[in-house]
Amino acid sequence: MDFPSTQFVSSRTMGTYEPIHQIGMWGENFKSISNPNISASVIVDVANKLENESETTSHEMLASTSKHDQEASKPFDKIQRRLAQNREAARKSRLRKKAYVQQLEISRLKLIQLEQELERSRQQGLYVGGGLDTGHLGISGAVNSGIAAFEMGYERWMEEQNKQICELRSALNAQISDIELRILVESGMSHYFELFRMKSSVAKADVFYVMSGKWKTSAERFFSWIGGFRPSELLKVLVPQIDPLTDQQILDVFNLKQSCQQAEDALSQGMEKLRETVSATLASDQMGQGIYVPQVAMAMEKLEALVRFVNQADHLRQQTLQQMSYILTTRQAARGLLALGEYIQRLQALSTLCANHPREPA
Amino acid sequence: MDKVVRLVSERGVVLFSKSTCCLCYAVKILFQELGVTPTVHEIDQDPEGRELERALMRLGCKAPVPAVFIGGKLVGSTNEVMSLHLSGGLIPLLKPYQALC
Repeated sequence: MDFPSTQFVSSRTMGTYEPIHQIGMWGENFKSISNPNISASVIVDVANKLENESETTSHEMLASTSKHDQEASKPFDKIQRRLAQNREAARKSRLRKKAYVQQLEISRLKLIQLEQELERSRQQGLYVGGGLDTGHLGISGAVNSGIAAFEMGYERWMEEQNKQICELRSALNAQISDIELRILVESGMSHYFELFRMKSSVAKADVFYVMSGKWKTSAERFFSWIGGFRPSELLKVLVPQIDPLTDQQILDVFNLKQSCQQAEDALSQGMEKLRETVSATLASDQMGQGIYVPQVAMAMEKLEALVRFVNQADHLRQQTLQQMSYILTTRQAARGLLALGEYIQRLQALSTLCANHPREPA
Repeated sequence: MDKVVRLVSERGVVLFSKSTCCLCYAVKILFQELGVTPTVHEIDQDPEGRELERALMRLGCKAPVPAVFIGGKLVGSTNEVMSLHLSGGLIPLLKPYQALC
């Protein structure tokens, strides 16, 4: 890959454009990217910094040029031209950086596959030691440990969830005061919000993991929508459990149902568009070039949008729960939370039953 | 920043978007469902797009797009629009701009 090292117009400005020279050099460093210890993310951070510096530097240069010229004013044209040139230079710099990052992603892919192959060979006793130290985790280690941490966290979360459901059940039967019930409702809500935070964190590491719902049981995954339960489904489960409702509540719940459905539809259609985009990106250009091609890196860029969608879906879930808690009385909210918790438990029971159902041979 | 201010004071419901952004597309769909046709500015197709992006982020948007303005005031990104809609606050704001069926 070719990196022309400089773009800029007058020698007078060369001094302040040192950072751009460095970008040229950083391009050369890339050519020998045999050192696996350079973290790709560090390189991208440096590249980002350099880009930001170059853009602000060019504007500062322009400002100081205009100030120092004491004549009436530089012709408007010259300033406009300078601005346009700066924009063009910045644009080219960005394009170079983009190409560089894509090549990095491809290298990362090669590296991960090599590491995995090495690990397999090691386990089979075919490869004993050696120069290349992949570390005990390797380049994909950070992601794996993020997922492992999440799964451990989720196990604890589920234990706490089941405890809270029991508490709610006995509290509702025991006729405790509204104030004490309120505390249980608040903990129940916060508990769900805690899960959304955990998911947001692991989505940054591996968004497909969140989309797959791997940590959940099969029946839960069957009903999954963008990495979790459908908000409108949630309302369908809750509402029959919290009768009787006042007329105002009936109206409020109806409006909530409708706005929830509309938001869901919008996100669903956005997701569909994202699928089309990723698919088109992966399939673009001639096939028959193997897998170490820019298309894969380009598709990865598009997937950043998926993280936003997952977060948006969780935000919608959170807002649905929040709004319900405003509409309902404490007692109703408690019954709603209990209903929701038990519904999920039943789904989990369904999964267990399904998986262990003896089948007659055909 | 001036351009942002000028663009939002022109029409009632303004959406800053990028033609490749699928979350922006979702917001467009939502407005469609609510019977509103926002004025859409695709900033990736605007020569001054980078300045617009910076201006939007300086206004407080974590991601420059989607950014929704109603009646010249910043409503926010997808988060704020969804929260507002679920709390029932979005439709009253849109009422003056909804298409008559």
